[in-house]
Order: sequence, then structure tokens, then C-alpha cells
Amino acid sequence: MGKRVMAVDDSATVRQVLHMTLEGAGYEVVEAIDGKDALDKLGRTSVDMMVTDLNMPNMDGIDLIKHVRQSPGNRFMPIIMLTTESQPEKKQEGKAAGASGWIVKPFKPEQLLAVIRMICPA
Amino acid sequence: MSSIADTFRDEAAELLQELEAALLALEETPDETALVDRVFRALHTLKGAGGLAGFDIVAELCHEAETTFEEVRSGEHPLDRELVSLTLAAKDLLRLLIEAEFGGAPVDPARVSRLLTSFRQRLGENYAPAAGSGLLTENAAPGLSTYRIRFRPGPGIFRQGIQPQLLLGELCRLGDAVVGAQLDRVPPLDQLDPEECHVYWDVILTTAEDENAIRDVFIFVEDDCELGVQLIDNDGLLDDAGDYKKLGEILVERGDLPEADLEKFLAEKKRLGETLIAAGVVAGGQIDSALAEQERVQRLRRERQTAETSDSIRVKSERLDKLVNLIGELVTVQARLSQLANGREDAALLAVSEEVERLTWELRDQVLTIRMLPIGSTFSRFKRLVRDLGDELGKDVMLFTEGGETELDKTVIERLGAPLVHLIRNSIDHGIERPEERRAAGKPAKGRITLAAEHSGANVLISVADDGMGLDRDKIRAKAIERGLLAPQAELLDREILNLIFLPGFSTAEQVSSVSGRGVGMDVVRQAIESLRGSVEVSSEPGRGTRFTLKLPLTLAIIEGLLVDVGRERFILPLADVEECIALTQADAAAAHGRNLVNVRGELVPYVPLRETFSLPGERPAIEQIVIARLDAGRVGFVVDRVVGEHQTVIKNLGRFYQGVSGVSGATILGDGHVALILDLPQLAAQAEQRELLACR
Repeated sequence: MGKRVMAVDDSATVRQVLHMTLEGAGYEVVEAIDGKDALDKLGRTSVDMMVTDLNMPNMDGIDLIKHVRQSPGNRFMPIIMLTTESQPEKKQEGKAAGASGWIVKPFKPEQLLAVIRMICPA
Repeated sequence: MSSIADTFRDEAAELLQELEAALLALEETPDETALVDRVFRALHTLKGAGGLAGFDIVAELCHEAETTFEEVRSGEHPLDRELVSLTLAAKDLLRLLIEAEFGGAPVDPARVSRLLTSFRQRLGENYAPAAGSGLLTENAAPGLSTYRIRFRPGPGIFRQGIQPQLLLGELCRLGDAVVGAQLDRVPPLDQLDPEECHVYWDVILTTAEDENAIRDVFIFVEDDCELGVQLIDNDGLLDDAGDYKKLGEILVERGDLPEADLEKFLAEKKRLGETLIAAGVVAGGQIDSALAEQERVQRLRRERQTAETSDSIRVKSERLDKLVNLIGELVTVQARLSQLANGREDAALLAVSEEVERLTWELRDQVLTIRMLPIGSTFSRFKRLVRDLGDELGKDVMLFTEGGETELDKTVIERLGAPLVHLIRNSIDHGIERPEERRAAGKPAKGRITLAAEHSGANVLISVADDGMGLDRDKIRAKAIERGLLAPQAELLDREILNLIFLPGFSTAEQVSSVSGRGVGMDVVRQAIESLRGSVEVSSEPGRGTRFTLKLPLTLAIIEGLLVDVGRERFILPLADVEECIALTQADAAAAHGRNLVNVRGELVPYVPLRETFSLPGERPAIEQIVIARLDAGRVGFVVDRVVGEHQTVIKNLGRFYQGVSGVSGATILGDGHVALILDLPQLAAQAEQRELLACR
């Protein structure tokens, strides 16, 4: 089995796009609907990489990244954040929290895969 | 590829010959303004090329002569025998000056200054010194570039979830890379934090990509890392003479060794690398990396030199023309042979015929490839030109290219260079506005120039389009009247007004800049394109931009065609345009209620019935064939009686008398001796559309 990626987004559409794109490229995908859900699932299963939205209910992406970086097993895990053109300042905030890189929504599947290839190849 | 100086030497030889011929003719017929123009242009081009190739004295001398001839052209100065003699003397001196750079006898500087003085005296008060850096001409094409990259990640890179080796792997995908890890910053074990990154990397990368592509690899870490990207070799564009830099120079350039130290250690006269490591001044890894750089660049340059010598068999282009003509004849004869052989029950003859066919096609392909080159290499060298011109004129311009893979005859490509330079210069100088003006007009500050090439039937279209201010009709008109090129009361169509800019001596720039020169541009462009049997068109929308479209015939004599029958006539459709063939029954035709439309898998495709178009006699067969072609305007069908098959088509010109016939681009001789016309599908489609429109009124 390939590497396991956690896809965190409150939008089912985005989750599905991530799921299909990543699965097609040979990754196993675990979905989470917000930061809290992601942390819950991280406690039960280990993943090799995380792709997360920033604006989410319950726990937003920035807080999620901070939490993940504090857990000993995930300090070096690659984390890609999904940002939008309208919030460029979030990019810096996310980086400061410990994100590895970012991808601007909307993105094409090949753009996502190109970024992931540099961060966590299958 | 030869060096810039070599290219200039060849070009200058031609220009000087042209200059002399024009001067001598001018002595015979001093009133012939076309000859003055020829002299002027030769000097102008020589000045530009010389300035760029580093032949400053050549450029200066040409500038003086050119200025003098400009006055002759504008009528301020008479042309006399003395000026012709003076310019002929200048021509001889120019040749000596150029040859002196290639091992010829050195030229006495006093001779140059005497000649310069003579020109300046003639100019008197009108004398203006040469514009310094405005001298530009085509650059050699950049192919592969080699970069020296130093990537020193921030110590916290691992905690960001990023592994440097993946980034370096990504970098290696861009081209041929040598990666060396530098360990001299790694602290002693007792101070080492294993979660921090202390290693840094030197990479020597040879790639077709540009610096931005390299920097993009590091986009997620660029804020926290040290990233140095330096161009160290550019396929001959940088200083290419002799060997690459010495080890010490490389280390100093990289900042690994202070220059003062270099001198100190060089004085020891031992092997520099060993000395430096022994003294602990430079780390071993740094020396290794610098040596890798040296080796790489030297290898590239050696390869280039070898390529130059083995590439440099120069053949007169007329010999190639002759060869292509002969191949054309051979293909025709071979088609006859095949037809004969197929008609007889003679296995031995058939075998020979098939062998001849195979060899003929192979020979044809070989000969054609000798002459065909993708235009992309010509396009890419304009990037530099655009950048430099933009800088000089205070304009922010980007060049975009499309269709670089479009292949054109080598001679056509070579002769296109100069006209394209002129067009691009004009776009930057007259078309693109300054960034502040663009912002005020609500456009992006960065102007775009798009250079595109595409096949269109039997032609290649090359366009230079800018998104600048467009051509000012009133200004053009006023200028033309002022120059005496147009009667004040003349009434012109919009297109005719725009075409005024192609007249000799026309220039709309209010201020003559060193870039657009003195109005030598557009008439030269037209002349150059017409000499290639092409045409140039201009269209312009005020405030939106200007587009020049060059239409060039595929001079090459052979295309792949689809042979079809209509009645007793045979036609060739260029196979490159053809997508598919489908049947058209009379029931289908009736179902469209008199409209020429057919349903192709759900898409309505208009069609052109060739029988009606060419008024051919004979009954329509019950089932006709529609050849569906993919044209710029979309899919269009052409109705024929029968599709015969693929045909190697040797294009014959129709001759002057039929040149104006639209819808037909040439003719070919079939194996049985019959003549078939080659159809110009875009033209036929446009004509049919016109007829439809008229019928609808």
C-alpha cells in the first residue's frame, strides 16, 4: 500500500477532489471534515502527509497545524495547506504555524500532484 | 552554432557587398531614390549588428555614413561623386576593420579618424554623435543554459515537514545536474542538534529552463533559505572565448574565498586546491564543487566547438534548391513507375517499383529535413531583445511565443530574422505604453508582445501582436501628407491608412529614438517579406494593440496531400488540414433543407460542395464523400465524388497569370501526367461563407 494522506476540508466536494486525485496517484486517503475530526483520527491512525483547508468550523487549519506540530510523532510530517487568492496573509500565518507548503484553490489535479511530489512522493 | 563575431563577419560580408553594388549603381543614376534607400539600409543594419557584436569602431563609422545618407534621402544634401567615393572608401575600411579582428592586418587608427572627420565635415552643424547602447540586432539563440546554484536551507527546514533531498531531486528533473553536499557548516558532534539542517548544497545544472523555473522549486522555503542562482554558461552567449575560469576565480565568485587570499595563495605557486585545503581556508567540498563546475562548463564548450567544426559545411542554398527540385521530379516519375507496375502482372517489376518508392520517400524526407527548421529557435532569441529594449525605453514588456514548433524552410527562417526584429522594435517603441500610462488606461503595467507561428493551408502565418496603444490613424494620415506620400484630399479606407506605414521614409515616432531608428523599419519589413513571396498585413485597434501578420508560402515543393475526384477533375487537399472522410447521401442532403450542413456525430458541420464551387459538369453520384477539414474557423466539409487516397504532392506554381485565383494554391502533376489543382481550404471556406451571407440577405 502506498503512503497515507489525510485530507481535511469541511467541503465534501473538495474532499472528493482530493480523494480521487490522490488515490489515482497511488496514495491511500483518510478524510476528515474539520480540525477537530482530523486530530481525533490522527490519534487513532498514522498518516504520512496532511492536506488541509484553513477556514473550517470547530477547529481551523492554522490551529490544526499547530496541534499536529506539537504531537511528537508528527513533528516532521509534510503538511500542505489549501489557501485562496483572497487571503494571502494566511499563507504566512500557516507557514509560521509549521505548514510545509501551500496550494491555491482552485487548483488542477496535476498542480496538486506536482506540489506533493516535492514534499511527499508516493 | 558559431560565435556572434563569426556570424557578424558573414553578415557584414554580404552587407558590404550590397553597399558597394548600390553605391556603384548610384553613381550611374544619382536620382534613383531606391538606391539611396539600399545604401542607407545596408549601413543601418551594419551599424546595429556591429554594435552588438562589439565592433564599436565599425558601428561608429557606419553611423556617420548613415547620417550623411539620411540627409541625402531627405533632400538636405545633394548626392555627389565625392560622397560616393567617400562611402566606398568607408566600405573598404570597414572590411579591413572587421578582418583585423580575425587575424587580418591591423588598421591604422589615423585612417579611421580621417574618414570620420570627412563625414562629419560634410554634416557640419547637423553632426550628432552615435547613440551609445541603442545598437541592437539579433542575438544568437540561447539553447541550454548552465547555472550555479547554492541552496542553504534554514536550520528549521525539517520542522517544516520538508526534506531537502526531495527539492534537489526536483531540481535534477530540470536538466543535467551535478549535486555536491557541503559539510563544512556541520558543527562538532557535542553541539549538533540532529533536528536541524546544517548541510548545504552546490548544484551545477544544465537546463533548457530559465531561472524562474529553478527558483520555483524552492518556493516553499525561499523565505527561510539562502538561494543563489547564477548563470555561468549560456550556449555561447556569454564570453565564450577560450577556456573557462580558473579554480581560484570560481571560488572568489562564489564567495568561498576572499580575493586577497587568492592572490596570497597563488603566490605560493603550488596546486591551488591542495594549498587552500591544507591552509583550512576553503573546505574540500567547496573545492570539489568548483572543480565540478569548471569541468562541466569546459566540457560544454568543447562539445560546442566540436559541433561547430562538424556543422560548418556550408552549401550554397541554390544547390539545395536544385536538389529539392530534382526530388520533386523524382517523386513524379516514381508515381508513374508505381502506376505502371501496378497495372502489370509482373512481380519482379513490382518489387523494383516498391523499392524505388521506399528509397524515393526516404530521400525526400532527408532532403526536406536538411532545409526545414522549427522557427522556435528564432523566436527564443527575441526574448533577450525584448528585455533589453524594454529596459532601455523604460517599458515593462514580456514576450510570449506560440507555435515555435512550426517548421519553415531554412532560408525563409534566416531571412525572417531581420524583419521580425524590426517589427518587435516597433511594437516596443511605438506600441507598448510606459507602465504608468498603461495603468492609467486600466491595463496591466506589463505589456505583452506575442510572437506566433502557424500553418494555414499552404502558408505559414507569423504574427507579432502587442497590447499597446494601437496605431493612431489621424497621426498616420497627417504624417503621410506631411511627407508628401499622400494627397491631402485623398479618401482612404481604414486598411489603406494603416498600410501607409509601409511606405519608405515613413515614421510616426514623434521623437526619433535609437531603437526605431529613422523610419528604416516598416518599408524594409515589407520588402523583405515580399522578396520571400509573402505578404504583410497590419490590423490595429485603438487602445487595444496592433498586430502584424506575415503570410509566407511554404516554399518547399512537396506536401502530403489527399487526392480526390470531382467529375473528371482531380484535386489535392493538404492532408495536414484533413480530419476525416464521411459519406453524404442525397437523403442527408435533403434533410438539411437546402442548407449546406451535415450532422457529424451530433455536431453540425457546414460543407462546401466543390462541384458547384468550380461549376463542374456531370451528375452527382448517389453517395458523395465529405472530407472534413479542421480550419481556423472550425470544422468545414468539402464535398467530392470520390476520395482516391494519399498523394505525395509536388507543388508547382501556377505562374503569374493564375496567381490571383483564390481557392487554389498551386498545382501538381499526377503519375499519369494529369494536372491536379491544390486547394486552399481556408480561402474556399471563407468564400463559401461569404456566399451564404449574401444568400441570406
